[in-house]
Amino acid sequence: MRDTYARQGTYWRESLRLTVILLLVWAAASFLPGWYAVELNAIKFQGWPLGFYMEAQGCLIIFLLIVWIYDRWMVRIERRHGFHEED
Amino acid sequence: MSVRSPLVRRLWRYYAVYALGFVGLIVSLAIAEQLGMTPRWIGQIFLFATIAIYALIGVMSRTSDVSEYYVAGRRVPALFNGMATAADWMSAASFIGLAGTLYYSGFAGLAFVTGWTGGYVLVALLLAPFLRKFGQFTIPDFLGARYEGHFARVVGVFAAVLASFVYVVAQIYGVGLITSRFIGIEFEIGVFVGLAGILVCSFLGGMRAVTWTQVAQYLILIIAYLVPVTILSYKVTGVPVPQAVYGQVLNDLGIKELELFSEPRENEVRALYRSRAEEYARKIVDLPESLTTERAGQVQRVTELRTVGAPAREIATAERTLRDLPRTPDEARMKWEKARQDSLARSVNPPPHAEAFSGADPAARDSARNNFLALSFVLMLGTAALPHILMRYYTTPCVRSARRSVFWSLFFIFLLYVTAPAYAVFAKWEVYSNLIGSNIGSLPPWVASWGKVGLVKVEDINGDGILQLAELTINSDVILLIIPEIAGLPYVVSGLVAAGGLAAALSTADGLLLTISHALSHDLYYKMVNPQASTQRRLVITKSQLLVVAVVAAWVASLRPDSILFMVGLAFSIAASAFFPALVLGIFWKRANKWGAVAGMLAGMGITLYYIVRTHPFFGGTMADAWMDIHPISCGVFGVPVGFLVIALVSLLTPPPPPEVQALVDFVRMPDQVGTLPVLEKRL
Repeated sequence: MRDTYARQGTYWRESLRLTVILLLVWAAASFLPGWYAVELNAIKFQGWPLGFYMEAQGCLIIFLLIVWIYDRWMVRIERRHGFHEED
Repeated sequence: MSVRSPLVRRLWRYYAVYALGFVGLIVSLAIAEQLGMTPRWIGQIFLFATIAIYALIGVMSRTSDVSEYYVAGRRVPALFNGMATAADWMSAASFIGLAGTLYYSGFAGLAFVTGWTGGYVLVALLLAPFLRKFGQFTIPDFLGARYEGHFARVVGVFAAVLASFVYVVAQIYGVGLITSRFIGIEFEIGVFVGLAGILVCSFLGGMRAVTWTQVAQYLILIIAYLVPVTILSYKVTGVPVPQAVYGQVLNDLGIKELELFSEPRENEVRALYRSRAEEYARKIVDLPESLTTERAGQVQRVTELRTVGAPAREIATAERTLRDLPRTPDEARMKWEKARQDSLARSVNPPPHAEAFSGADPAARDSARNNFLALSFVLMLGTAALPHILMRYYTTPCVRSARRSVFWSLFFIFLLYVTAPAYAVFAKWEVYSNLIGSNIGSLPPWVASWGKVGLVKVEDINGDGILQLAELTINSDVILLIIPEIAGLPYVVSGLVAAGGLAAALSTADGLLLTISHALSHDLYYKMVNPQASTQRRLVITKSQLLVVAVVAAWVASLRPDSILFMVGLAFSIAASAFFPALVLGIFWKRANKWGAVAGMLAGMGITLYYIVRTHPFFGGTMADAWMDIHPISCGVFGVPVGFLVIALVSLLTPPPPPEVQALVDFVRMPDQVGTLPVLEKRL
């Protein structure tokens, strides 16, 4: 029983760490390109001003990657703690 | 991933057949159009065929099992739940309105694109897996269990109903617009046709029927969104991948804009609008005398026309002008102020499409930037707090599939949002390079046909017979609908776009109606009024609530409230400030207790509503009272931090929650196999 509790504790701490890291990436992707949009717009990327590109497409791709990595990584954490066998 | 499970295989087969059938319908209608079928018929077949499909799915999925009715039996595979969530999420505003918003506001409109996608990161990381593990039926359910009791549940029900109701009215309104334009029936009747379409999906089968129709609706709406812009992209650039190539078009558009903005006739027109605005300003100052003079002048004009025996049409026009004159000085002030602002807006060049935070001075630019960031913040947190979206993650088989399902939701939503800016750029390019500067006598037919319903306006103010940019008005809601016509595509494409818009509006309305009726029947009636109610009785109550709410929403929509878009923006701020802090802290901070949650939800929502009343003209407020120059649509930016702060402070000042609640928090944090749901029911 005690063993299960310890296992749950480390599981939660690890998933919390992953969540915090990904949230920081999310916050950076959500607000930095917007804050520096004027500066980024001076750079051209395949015809797009970079600031416009980030808000219209770049950030969206980062969001998609964050959710994908979270899904994959959580499966790994679960497996490492012996929580995950079937679907 | 259990891709091989028999259910998933069967679903793939059904929807593949269905998608092929739909493509077949498009192709055969295209052929029929070549053979001479009229546009009216094409529009009607599209709309009725799709509604019939939804009705069929609704009838096939009818159920009287509570778990099926509320959460589709919790066996919706991740990918399909992703599609259903995407359809649930993308409303008439996203489908029809977004491209137009981006057309007019350029960079500033991108706050919607990032805001409406970024929220899903929060759903995945902070909410969906934990709510799925909790595994009940509604969002107030979670608040009631976590924050021990009816108080938090009631606040949750109130916020859920408030946020969802304004949203559902907007959807039904959208359905009314589409049906009335494409099958030529009265707007009010269109609203009730739409209502029937919504009810056939949700009434008999609840969440189960809504889920499977939403998947069908997603397929239609995404095909309808992608087809016209793909063809347009191929026509303009030779590459049928608009999302990848519109950068170059944006670049060319920038050059075209500079050309147009320095054109002498363009400047002449802008100067004319400036003096018209000044004239209105003068008339407003001279009220009420100016109104009397105006009326006297118009009366004299009518008499003169009569005496010289002018053509009847000219007299009728003059009489109408006289009749339309404002009746009271107050009315005149309002009308003329609006006209003055409109003329004033035409007297300056619009900001270049790609320019970020345009403004006359650094202070204006800073304010534009702050508002941009505030809006995307509110939209993200609002997305992560709208009950009809969160509810969808109760329907997956397990925690892991809830996580996977958020990925699929975002992926399917991404397809539309990444295309919307391309739509705006291609439409603007076509208008700027082909329409502007052409002869007003020989404009393409769509200008006249949309002009008849008042959604496209052309005014040759300088009388040179040539269309200048400032002389053209296109209502932002029709940008998307006229793209097929701008690109010269056959009418079948327009019909397809209308069917897509209808799918977007219906699917969102379904999800919202379920949220409202579940909150009223499950949370209010079953959990609080009559916990002994039989299953039979619960379902009867739910269905009758659904009917009542739907009819009331349709009735409100048929009154055509003109502040509808503003109210939708409001829904996000309400949801964000009421739910987000309480839900997130409920999962991630064990110390949060009921006093903190109730105080925080009320404080967050209170600040949000207070700020709106203070700053929005609809409630008599003014932007002069704004804090940090933030627009009322982003009011949640104040409500959310206040919500977090109040929950934290009040929780720390009152006793910690009892062990059962802490056990509940431990339970939701763990993956599927761990723990059993602590029995809290007797406390609730």
